[in-house]
Amino acid sequence: MKARVFITLKPGVLDPQGKAIHHALEGLGFDGVHDVRAGKLIELDLADGTSDADIESMCRKLLANTVIENFRIERMETT
Amino acid sequence: MKSAVIVFPGSNCDRDIAVALAQVTGRAPAMVWHRDRELPVGTDFIALPGGFSYGDYLRSGAMAARAPIMHAVTEAAIRGVPVIGICNGFQVLTEAGLLPGALMRNAGLAFVCRPVALTVDNSQSLFTAAYQTGETIRFPVAHHDGNYQADEGTLDRLEGEGRVAFRYAEPVNGSARSIAGILNDAGNVLGLMPHPERAIEPAHGGCDGRRLFEGLLEAVA
Repeated sequence: MKARVFITLKPGVLDPQGKAIHHALEGLGFDGVHDVRAGKLIELDLADGTSDADIESMCRKLLANTVIENFRIERMETT
Repeated sequence: MKSAVIVFPGSNCDRDIAVALAQVTGRAPAMVWHRDRELPVGTDFIALPGGFSYGDYLRSGAMAARAPIMHAVTEAAIRGVPVIGICNGFQVLTEAGLLPGALMRNAGLAFVCRPVALTVDNSQSLFTAAYQTGETIRFPVAHHDGNYQADEGTLDRLEGEGRVAFRYAEPVNGSARSIAGILNDAGNVLGLMPHPERAIEPAHGGCDGRRLFEGLLEAVA
């Protein structure tokens, strides 16, 4: 099975990278962009039967820094 | 003083800190590889050096904080052994949970590499006893992720408990409350972004960093 982990900065945490992307979009003439927040996508190829708790533990112990980041897990059952 | 320098793949200030420690303490530190599980017996000071451990993969310091040697470092820190983390070492200490908060990308997005003015906020610590509170000193900085952030409650607690060791006296990286270096609650772990080990002899352009190690030597010995 596969899982995707989306890691995003917590609301209110300054995101200089997102700001720079925002400015660059404006520079390219894209109006109407109110805000940009940059994050990470991590794809995991896992043994079948890996539990939600195991994936969550991976996120808490390493993949995300919960001081500044939130994470969301999306399981993708193999077809 | 029997010091140990932890060397991670990608550390690049390990030799600088080794030279500084050898000069000030008269004894070369043990260079301890990240895969080791034990510190040399009798280690009474641990330094986590600057650099780009594991290429800053995932987050600066994230992989190094989970390296095998970090169990021994954490145990020693809990026992009260003084630990300093400089630059990437500071990032490792926050990622390892030995210091609160996180070090994020510099507010200006640029790598900042120059000597900066710092204010000594608390001269009552193991690491700052050789300075005066309020004194302005200069250490070089060289980092991309030095923007210290923590929630307001944590920042208030750090300030209230005298755990802000150094602040920037000029704009550098956007750090909350201009924080450049902080102590743990027991006062035996210091993390700072500026490099005291690069300011130990006149050829470096100043010797303000030397006093940090001299003060520590006096406290430990």
